[in-house]
Amino acid sequence: MLLTQFLLLAAILFSIGVYGVIVRKNGVLVLMSVELMLNAVNINLIAFSTYHGLGGQVFALFVIAVAAAEVGVGLAIVLLIYRNRRSVDIDQLDELKG
Amino acid sequence: MWFLTHAWIIPALMALSFLLILFFGKKMPKKGSEIGIAAIGIAFILALLTAGSWYTHNNEEVEGHGDAAAMADVQEGCSNEVDHLAAEDHGEETEDAGDHEGEEPTDVGDSDEGTDDHALGQSDSGEYAAPAATSTAVASEGEEEHVTRPVVRCAAWAEIGTPGSSLITWGTMVDGQSVLMLVVVTLISLMVFIYSSEYVSGDRRYTHYFAFLSLFSASMLFFVLAQSTIQMIVGWELVGVCSFVLIGHWWEEKPNSNAALKAFLTNRVGDIGLLIGVAILYFAAGRSFSILDLNILAANGGISHGILLVASVCLIFAVMSKSGQFILHTWLPDAMAGPTPVSALIHAATMVVAGIYMVARLYPVFFEGLSISGSSVNFLAIVGAVTAMFGALLAFVQKDIKKVLAYSTISQLGFMVTALGVGAWTAALFHLFTHAMFKATLFLGAGSLSNAAHHSFDMVNDMGGMRKVLPRTFWTFIVATAALAGIFPLSGFWSKDEILAGHGSLFSAGGNGTYHVMLVMLLIGAFCTAAYMTRTIWYAFYGEFRGHGTPHESGSRITVPLIILATLGAVVGVLNLPEEIGPFTFPESISLQFEHFVEPVGAYFPTISHAEFNIPLAIFSLALALSAVLLTYLYYWKGAFKFLHGLSERNRVAGLGKTILVNKYYFDWLYTDVITGFVKGPAARATNWFNQHVLDGIVDGTAKGAVVAGQFVYENIDQKVVDGAVNGAAITTSEAGGVLRHLQTGRIQQYAALFFAAAALLAGVFVVAIG
Repeated sequence: MLLTQFLLLAAILFSIGVYGVIVRKNGVLVLMSVELMLNAVNINLIAFSTYHGLGGQVFALFVIAVAAAEVGVGLAIVLLIYRNRRSVDIDQLDELKG
Repeated sequence: MWFLTHAWIIPALMALSFLLILFFGKKMPKKGSEIGIAAIGIAFILALLTAGSWYTHNNEEVEGHGDAAAMADVQEGCSNEVDHLAAEDHGEETEDAGDHEGEEPTDVGDSDEGTDDHALGQSDSGEYAAPAATSTAVASEGEEEHVTRPVVRCAAWAEIGTPGSSLITWGTMVDGQSVLMLVVVTLISLMVFIYSSEYVSGDRRYTHYFAFLSLFSASMLFFVLAQSTIQMIVGWELVGVCSFVLIGHWWEEKPNSNAALKAFLTNRVGDIGLLIGVAILYFAAGRSFSILDLNILAANGGISHGILLVASVCLIFAVMSKSGQFILHTWLPDAMAGPTPVSALIHAATMVVAGIYMVARLYPVFFEGLSISGSSVNFLAIVGAVTAMFGALLAFVQKDIKKVLAYSTISQLGFMVTALGVGAWTAALFHLFTHAMFKATLFLGAGSLSNAAHHSFDMVNDMGGMRKVLPRTFWTFIVATAALAGIFPLSGFWSKDEILAGHGSLFSAGGNGTYHVMLVMLLIGAFCTAAYMTRTIWYAFYGEFRGHGTPHESGSRITVPLIILATLGAVVGVLNLPEEIGPFTFPESISLQFEHFVEPVGAYFPTISHAEFNIPLAIFSLALALSAVLLTYLYYWKGAFKFLHGLSERNRVAGLGKTILVNKYYFDWLYTDVITGFVKGPAARATNWFNQHVLDGIVDGTAKGAVVAGQFVYENIDQKVVDGAVNGAAITTSEAGGVLRHLQTGRIQQYAALFFAAAALLAGVFVVAIG
């Protein structure tokens, strides 16, 4: 039962993250939402590790490290966007338009 | 024996001399001539040693009997027939039946005229018992048996067909005939080399000249030693190429290079005959190029008469071109454009005698093919006799002394060909031998004369009275002329008489047939020979000097060869003295030495009958020659027969005759104007018309058809089908892109939303599918 609650929490966190990524205009908040999603995954991993050995925890540690690096890169991008445009509104970033 | 098995050294030495002169000649103190003279000198000594060796070998007692013993000196693998004989002789009863029996015509012996029909009739397999039977029969009658044992060495050259089936070999076939030619070629070449070192000194291509003189000798030596017919063709063509180079030695002047081309191209015409003849014989002899094989098979009925006839006619065309016989003789007088020593070499030893030698070498083919024995007319004899007579007539109207000698050579070669044609084989080779000596003297003498007359050969306008200033040249010329005219006892008398006697029964006993027509033609030729040579002496040596400047005798390097050759030309006739002349009998040790040395007896040579010396004929021909000399003497020296002077201007018939002679029977006109003119004019135009209208029409039509077909394909298939498919694909892609581009908003969050939606959808599917 305890597992179900963890999974539920993780699902809620993930959904919030998805929502944030899709809806927020501020680039920093999008990054934060990505972090939420990653942490939701971490919760899943740790929750399962209770039943299936320590592999999940190792993965979680990896994810945290990768997330830190990802945020580093992401923030640097956001910073450059801000320097170029004086704004971090990602709605204006539509140069990928076909 | 060593010299007989290593005869290949002689041509190899001359070939080496060619290369050495070519590469190092210019650096030598005498510009390469010393290499050539040294090489030909050594070659001459080797040739003499070979001749001595052959003499010993030929007189040795033969161990055992029959053909196998006679062929014991033939290296294994050089001749299928000889290998066959040897196998039978060793008692190995492994007759490869079918091998030979299949090829043998059933009527073996029918084509053979000889005395041994019974023997041949019985031998229905590949045994050639006939000559053996003859020789043993002769031996049992108490006469001295003598079988020639040729020494043959060979090496494989190439293999054709399946392995072992047919081997092309090259090597040396040494017997009296080739040894004779070795001596003649090296002797004349030696004299010519020494003579040339003075005659062409200071020439701009002196080194080059000696190099090719060496190659010329090498080619001829290679040719005479040939063991297979293929090797013969190679030597034959090499001789042709060398004569081309040397005739055109002074090629800067157009007539000289034209003469060289004419010599080469005329010879090419005849060479086709040689190639066809050799090919026919190759297949007829069961795929063998070996001369020994061909001769053994031809002499013993191993090849059918019809095939031999065709082959010999083809080969006669080769002789016509090479040996200057009518109708392909026209190149020979023009070949006088070359330096005089080259003319001497060509006429005496190398080029033109190649044809005679080839016939003599493959004599069984001609003897059986043309049915020489017992006949009274054949192609070879006609060609020779016509040449002997008409060539001699042409010499009368020449002003150029070298052209007189050229027509004389043509005529004398006609004598040799006729001799071969009537079966007087030994007489032909004997005449070749003596003729080489005195004709070389005459040519070299003409060169000496022209040296004195400022390099002119025009004896009518630039010579005369040379007797006093050129005594040595004069006397050698007189001796050689007398020999050529056949004056007793000089060499020409003996050889010519032997030829005449060989014609058969008109005056003499013996001979192989009754060739009376040819005999009469040759007698006319002999009469003319004596007369035109006397005329030449009158113009060159008597009367007033008509040239300019003061003529002088040539140096010793010119006169010494002249004296040597003239001496030989005078005396070599004694080499083949007849056994008896009327009441006189010569001892066996000195009579017929030449015949004994040269003529093969045995399986590879037909049994020919020899004419005996005949006094009436000899006296008649000598009287004919002397009367010709006398009449010419009276005409020129004493001014007799006044009515003859200027006859050609007054009498229309005589004028016509002279015009025909001056125009050389219109042969050159026939070749250059009629044949070449026809090819260049109407034939070329017709061909051009055919090309323009028919061939081009076909080509153009094809092209037009192709254009129309191409247009159709372009318009219908290319434009509509292929391009339609390509364009259709492009348009589809483009429109699909137009539809899909609306998805590309560039808004990342929209992409993310889509991504998550898709992921969620997939996850749902996953869950449903698995769960």
